[in-house]
Amino acid sequence: MELNDWILSLHVLSAFAMVGAMVIFWIMIVSLWGTDSTSRVASLMRVSQVGTVLIAVGSLGTIIFGVWLSISVDAFDIWDGWVIAAIVLWALAVELGRRGGKLYGDAGMEAERLAAAGTETSPVVAETFGASRAFQFHVASSVLIVLILIDMIWKPGA
Amino acid sequence: MIGVLASIRPDSWNLPLFLHVLGAMVLVGAVAAAVVAQLWTVTPTDGDRLRRFSFRTMLFVAIPAWFVMAAGSEWIYSKEFGDTEDDPAWIGIGFMTREGGGLLLLIATICAGIASRKSKSGLARASGIIAAIALAAWVVAVWAMAAKPD
Repeated sequence: MELNDWILSLHVLSAFAMVGAMVIFWIMIVSLWGTDSTSRVASLMRVSQVGTVLIAVGSLGTIIFGVWLSISVDAFDIWDGWVIAAIVLWALAVELGRRGGKLYGDAGMEAERLAAAGTETSPVVAETFGASRAFQFHVASSVLIVLILIDMIWKPGA
Repeated sequence: MIGVLASIRPDSWNLPLFLHVLGAMVLVGAVAAAVVAQLWTVTPTDGDRLRRFSFRTMLFVAIPAWFVMAAGSEWIYSKEFGDTEDDPAWIGIGFMTREGGGLLLLIATICAGIASRKSKSGLARASGIIAAIALAAWVVAVWAMAAKPD
């Protein structure tokens, strides 16, 4: 195996970590949809911690190894349209995901605090785990990540 | 080998590859969530909730994603290799982990279902371990699909 094969495999593994984390967050959001139970949310916060680690590693890995690959492989250049599109989409997806993640994280920590104090329900938690701004950020981030995947496979203009 | 994946493929390969990769990504994420939920339980109340979460995740997300991944893999295989008799090693790794991992996922889901219904923490742990083995195999498969060792 050549160096480029390793870079590509690490790029793809990072992409799996990133999308896998988004899937984890989707499953949590759907299973907690509209709940006001602080203990239910607190129970799943451990799952979200794994998602947070995966999204951090995956996001950094995809961009680092992706840019490295575009420089290293002769057939492509970093200024190719589909590569630039992927980088722009990646930046937007990461920022929107970060904003949504922060809102969900804050609500999760609030749920853990309330659950530990014996408070069983919270309207703030119910609002966040519904059709909230956090949810809108998550949907937008997910759509952008699917667009990146389409861009990577179809390579428009290449 | 880098040229094979990084190069431009015939357009007709893109949709099956997209379905295969997307299905695999959803599968990996869903099984990771299920494994964490099964193996990282702190309180008994958490246990019941997380066992149910894990079972539903495997049943309603991971298994359908496995079928999408598998259908996509058959589709792209038929286009890329057709009737070729000698498959490269990475294809063998892919088929082995797909079939073996699918069987492990099925066993883990059944165990999770029983564990969820009867509140059996030992069986839930077994389900988590079985699913984790499948997950590890799929990570190897992802590496093989990307690096394409001979």
